[in-house]
Amino acid sequence: MRIALMTDVHGNREALSACLEHAERHRVDRYVFLGDYVGYGADPGWVADAVMARVDAGAVAVLGNHDAGVTNPDERMNDVAAEAIAWTRTQLSPAQVDFLSTLPLVVEDGSRLYVHASAYASAAWPYVTDLYSASKSLMATTAQVTFCGHTHVPNLFHMSMTGKFAGFEPVDRVEMPLTRQRRWLAVIGAVGQPRDRNPAACYAVLDDERDVLTYFRVPYDIEAAARKIRAAGLPPILAQRLFQGF
Amino acid sequence: MAIDVRRLEAGQVIDGFHLVEPLDPGGMANFWRVTKPGLDLPMVMKIPLLRPGEDPITIIGFEAEQMIMARLTGPHVPRFVAAGDFESPYVVMEFIDGRPLRSLLPHMPCAAEEVAEIGIQVAFALDDLHRQNVLHLDVKPSNIILRPNGIAALIDYGLSHHTLLPDLIGEEIDGPVGTAPYVAPEQVLGDRFEPRSDIFALGVVMYFLVTGERPFGDPQRAPEWRHRLWRDPHPPRHWNKAVPPWLQEAILRCLEVDPDARYATAAQLAFDLKNPDQMVLTERARRLRRDGAMTVLLRRLASRRLKYVRRVRHQPALTRAPIIAVAVDLSPQAEALDGPLRQAVMRVLATEPAARLACVNVLKTARIGLDPMEDAQGRNPHLQRLVELRHWAHTLPIDPDRVTFHVLEDTDPARALVEFGLNSRIDHIVMGARGSSTMRRFLGSVSAQVVAQARCTVTVVRAPQTGLAIGEPGALQLGTDSDLGG
Repeated sequence: MRIALMTDVHGNREALSACLEHAERHRVDRYVFLGDYVGYGADPGWVADAVMARVDAGAVAVLGNHDAGVTNPDERMNDVAAEAIAWTRTQLSPAQVDFLSTLPLVVEDGSRLYVHASAYASAAWPYVTDLYSASKSLMATTAQVTFCGHTHVPNLFHMSMTGKFAGFEPVDRVEMPLTRQRRWLAVIGAVGQPRDRNPAACYAVLDDERDVLTYFRVPYDIEAAARKIRAAGLPPILAQRLFQGF
Repeated sequence: MAIDVRRLEAGQVIDGFHLVEPLDPGGMANFWRVTKPGLDLPMVMKIPLLRPGEDPITIIGFEAEQMIMARLTGPHVPRFVAAGDFESPYVVMEFIDGRPLRSLLPHMPCAAEEVAEIGIQVAFALDDLHRQNVLHLDVKPSNIILRPNGIAALIDYGLSHHTLLPDLIGEEIDGPVGTAPYVAPEQVLGDRFEPRSDIFALGVVMYFLVTGERPFGDPQRAPEWRHRLWRDPHPPRHWNKAVPPWLQEAILRCLEVDPDARYATAAQLAFDLKNPDQMVLTERARRLRRDGAMTVLLRRLASRRLKYVRRVRHQPALTRAPIIAVAVDLSPQAEALDGPLRQAVMRVLATEPAARLACVNVLKTARIGLDPMEDAQGRNPHLQRLVELRHWAHTLPIDPDRVTFHVLEDTDPARALVEFGLNSRIDHIVMGARGSSTMRRFLGSVSAQVVAQARCTVTVVRAPQTGLAIGEPGALQLGTDSDLGG
């Protein structure tokens, strides 16, 4: 089965549409969404509906910190993020709010684990950015492969049979074999607001028969997404950073 | 099902594979000939010796090999068939029924021509591997098998590195990894991203075969691997006077400490070994003894600051130093093409500073072997063409040691060019289109055939046509005639 993993859409309709279309072309059988559907972008309602429709059809979706922030304001959020969440609240229907607020924090799927931030202290939303934070997540679960998002930077951490940790910057469109001898922590880059200086949307496809994971960079209409952010009166930085991918 | 390596016996079945007979065990694994109904290629199952407390290189090497072999294709790699899971680790691959290079060792020193031919075949294998982004990093006689048709296959990818995938060995092992006599100086210093490390190891193999001696000995302790940073080997001719200067040149160039001083690619090494009469010989070819004590001492002192540091590059180091072939038509009818062809070659050379250029002319023969050695004026047409080719190229802005000249004889010029491209691992063929469409109609289009059949990029150059506007007859004939050129 081919499973598309998408995370950190952040209300970016153009980016999500481009990724969904790309995934369909690549004959994906199933979708897993790793949280942060809203916040920052100008189309939170459309994105929530798109995810809801796929969850109704059997997709998995977990909770992100911005989704949780819709109903439970998070004091640690920076001003821009808090402003965007406040605006987002005014855009969502009760059904959409209800969908977001009842998502699970973690989903286990056989030997795989899906979580937004980290398998370690999931509800505190720690960032998996380096070997130390990755090792904490890898040690907090027995799952062979953990998929997460949250950092907006794609990365592939792994732990060998002898207990050595290492990280790897995945290369676009190169099939990565997830060997069974090793435990893996795949940080999927963001669909809606990449921060690794590559403005193209990022998502990944897992082939669970061949145990290979492939990261894809998908170009999308950034101009349209940015224009809508400005038109909505959201902080202009949220539009600018889409072009830089940072 | 867990595999008990101590209790394997013929007739046993593991995941549908029938164990037939054991082969010579390697240091880190057991090997069995296996069969499976429905699969009719000869197969071997490699079962690693994974005991508790086993050296991590064995454990991780097996994982790395599974990861890399499953992605490799072509005749230079045993075909990957299957791998076991975590509980019962094994790899099943094609059994290559050939001659292991190791079997030549009792017959050393080998003849120079034989060593050069082996060098060419192994270099082709390495070139193919490097084009698939894999560095072998453990090239040695026991990992090279010559197939019955002469093609070399490389086995054992336990220390290899796929430059687009996580480097499992590099991440796991603190310190240099390799086989003592063959490991390259930069591997000793922690670089696992250098394709030219494989060229160094091949240089050691050729040196060993042609002299019977190892250029850097067989140091038992890893710190002694560093000696090759300063201590140069005896020139091969020191051991064996029968080694021709060109082979010594090629071997010592492979063994340069600085990767930049070696061949840029394995294909370029093969190209030199195939064309020894065109090699530019340097001081390396004439060298009779290794450097004196003072030079070596100074190098040793200078190398003290070189520490082992694990080097990680985000961009793969697989530099493309392409071999470009230009097909030059020396007939009077082709004069109009001369300028445009030269310009096209210069454009390619300008963008590829490390490129080599092979200037090729085809001497069309009526039937192979029946043409006279001399023409009516008593000249040898082959030699005359070579002289003209050199003259054609003498104004090109490229170092003389990067240009070679080839006159091919064939009844079919297109076939000759396609075969030359394939046999010399040419990356890019530049050729002219035959001008007159009447000629093309009767003789067929050489360039169209080359474009269709060559495995590499082909640029077809046309002479500028004047006085034709779109819509006039002859201006646009796509669809009526092969317009790929004449």
